[in-house]
Amino acid sequence: MADITLKSHRSSRVHPQKFALWAAMASITMMFASLSSAYIVRQAAGNWLEFQLPSAFYISTIIILLSSMTLHKSYTSFINGQERPYKLYLVVSFFLGLGFVVSQYIGWQNLYSLGIDLKGNPSGSFLYVMTFIHVVHVLGGIACLLTAMFHAFALKFKVTERRKHRFELVNHYWHYVDLLWVYLLIFLLFS
Amino acid sequence: MADIITVDRDDVLLKKEGFDDHFHDHHHEDKYKSNFISHYIFSMDHKMIARQFLITGMLWAIIGAGMSIIFRLQLGFPDESLAWLKPLLGKWITINTETGMGSLQPEFYYALVTMHGTIIVFFVLTAGLSGTFSNLLIPLQLGARDMASPFLNMLSYWFFFMASVVMFYSLFLSTGPFSGGWTAYPPLSALPQASMGSGTGMTLWTISLVLFVVSVLLGGINYITTVLNLRTKGMTFWRMPLTIWAFFVTAILGLLSFPVLASGFFLLMCDRGLGTSFYLSEIFIQGSALDFAGGSPVLYQHLFWFLGHPEVYIIILPAMGLVSEVMAVHARKPIFGYKFMVYSILAIGFLSFIVWAHHMFMSGVNPFISNFFVVFTLIIAVPSAIKVFNWIATLYKGDLRLNTPMLFSIGFVSMFISGGLTGVFLGNSAIDIQQHDTYFVVAHFHIVMGIAAFFGMFAGVYHWYPKMFGRFMNETLGKIHFWATLIGAYAIFWPMHYLGLAGVPRRYYRFDSFDAFGSFGEMNMFITIAAIVVFFAQLLMVINFFYSMYYGKKMTTKNPWGATTLEWTTPIKAGHGNWPGKLPTVHRWPYDYGKDGKDFISQLEPMAEGETEAH
Ligand code: HEM
Ligand SMILES: [Cu+2]
Repeated sequence: MADITLKSHRSSRVHPQKFALWAAMASITMMFASLSSAYIVRQAAGNWLEFQLPSAFYISTIIILLSSMTLHKSYTSFINGQERPYKLYLVVSFFLGLGFVVSQYIGWQNLYSLGIDLKGNPSGSFLYVMTFIHVVHVLGGIACLLTAMFHAFALKFKVTERRKHRFELVNHYWHYVDLLWVYLLIFLLFS
Repeated sequence: MADIITVDRDDVLLKKEGFDDHFHDHHHEDKYKSNFISHYIFSMDHKMIARQFLITGMLWAIIGAGMSIIFRLQLGFPDESLAWLKPLLGKWITINTETGMGSLQPEFYYALVTMHGTIIVFFVLTAGLSGTFSNLLIPLQLGARDMASPFLNMLSYWFFFMASVVMFYSLFLSTGPFSGGWTAYPPLSALPQASMGSGTGMTLWTISLVLFVVSVLLGGINYITTVLNLRTKGMTFWRMPLTIWAFFVTAILGLLSFPVLASGFFLLMCDRGLGTSFYLSEIFIQGSALDFAGGSPVLYQHLFWFLGHPEVYIIILPAMGLVSEVMAVHARKPIFGYKFMVYSILAIGFLSFIVWAHHMFMSGVNPFISNFFVVFTLIIAVPSAIKVFNWIATLYKGDLRLNTPMLFSIGFVSMFISGGLTGVFLGNSAIDIQQHDTYFVVAHFHIVMGIAAFFGMFAGVYHWYPKMFGRFMNETLGKIHFWATLIGAYAIFWPMHYLGLAGVPRRYYRFDSFDAFGSFGEMNMFITIAAIVVFFAQLLMVINFFYSMYYGKKMTTKNPWGATTLEWTTPIKAGHGNWPGKLPTVHRWPYDYGKDGKDFISQLEPMAEGETEAH
């Protein structure tokens, strides 16, 4: 039923669902852009506590970059018809994703124990809020990875256009939240 | 007779030239018809979703307008008893036991004003207008079977519905709905104890609007994707009707600005519930100091107006698109300056992102930064003026059919000029020192956005009603509706300019207690009476709408207006999928009216030998 439009005339080579995903990413990007500018404006107003980012955030960065790599590996294995590495790397990516969330959580705990509280100086509040909203988006990505795993293990292995397309959607989103984190880290470091 | 020939011609062209997507191989249609719930309620058919948006929007419009009548009564007749409203408003009317005089509680006055603004801006003029017509027309005018994702499209409506339910519920809270203005500035919105409506009322207001943002985003993603991906064969960008251009840019504006509002709300929620100080600084309330330190309410204003200004264009652009289309059809002339219309839409869309601080000239933003915003604000007048010029040029020497949709289109232009001009006053930060937060602003935005957008919507409803319901609305009632609304709206809002110039502030509960404003009693009375008349004229439209659904004149030909665009090539009662057989193939732009001696040439018609395509 929902496929009613999938056979309509296509005026673009990009699959509509993929395009819709990009549009959604544009929207999420605006959200972080607005938070970043609010951050800059508030920082410029003074009374702004400077502190070092917890080292867990750097570990998170490594974890999520790794997960993007493994997910890409899983994808290339998939299109090359290699079932085992496809599944293996997919599972690894999933756990790396979870690892990212855990590591972020540890980062927040470190901050908290340093006395950086959500309620205190706005520089802390901003940090918590921005990283939290990002983690929420990562959790969305983890849910996508879960569905991808479901497809991988519940369906018989077969390389079809449709499955390739669906996997690509998951990939794009995951790489996107990964990039978003890298952006956030750089922003928080240098602003 | 001529009609019958063109109908046949359409079908011949569809068969011969159409794009075959093997739609008829799957019987979507039958599956849909068979089930009441999936057909009328959880429908994924964009045409049904459009009607759902429209009818929900109409219900909200009645509620929102009704609220304005109540607070206008207060302003126009501050000394009259409102005891008769007690059955409706209950405890919000207090009755003086000695005199028997019933008066509206000031808190509830603010709640009414706030709800009126929120409802009309978001639920009626965003969801009811762009939700309805983007849904109806994007697939139909582009030659698509449906939206890119019918499922997300359905969700978009249901998120709007949920937002509606939450907001509606908040009207009945014992502490009343939110009452801090439709812009929800902190601290009234951030401190639950700040006013009666700031507690649960505000919580529900935020929940409702977050649901609403989700609805807009889901809808917008779909509209954009559909326009980019599902145009039928031959439907290049330069062959899209101006309606589609307008909806497309509107959707982009929404997609880029609503997330900013969402993050603004998110910070607001943290301030409300988690004790952060994004927007709150040192505050004393009921004699004691709160913990908040160092926040700034101006930060909220930036985030709000970064959405807020694009939002006003999200409201007006679809109306502009509808008006352009209706006007070309009923003037039997190509729209004047099609490409300039498109470039103006794009320019307005772009500029709308860099003018937001003109709402904040008086909020203590740096005057040098204000200048930047003054310049861009005034530049918006240029594409706006181009559009106005083109509409008037389209009318010039046209073979005008002065039916209801056309009258509303012309009325739109009138309103847009009147209200746009006062925008140019307000856009000067020096003049705004005097005008800000006065009735001048109220007059400005009600004329340019409120009434103009309603006129665009009415033009659209009267024009596409046959497409939606297979019948026509009553012309006589329509014309009465138009003239009463046109004259009545000017009667309401024109005097407000004078009030504003005299410095009468907006959002006050009564004026007779101020020496400076005491002399405007009669003017306020006049405004209120005009508002009541206009309100009843709208009920005429509502009656016409529902009556015509069952008893209106039946549509007997597919293309009653003699329009060139694709929506009129579908069967009168089109099923899900719109065209029963092949999809149309497009050969020309949508404004071939009166070309080569022909009344109109459908977009389906291939170019004749030696014919050149108009633009
Ligand atoms: C020529 C173009 C326009 C200019 C230069 C302009 C300028 C302004 C300015 C400077 C204000 C702020 C006034 C104040 O609060 O002191 C304002 C308010 C407003 N304008 Fe316009 N405007 C223009 C067109 C429009 C259009 C087309 C719309 C809507 C479709 C619109 C909707 C509004 C609304 C809703 C407000 C008031 C919001 C509020 O405070 O509640 N304006 N305009
Ligand atoms: Cu504005």
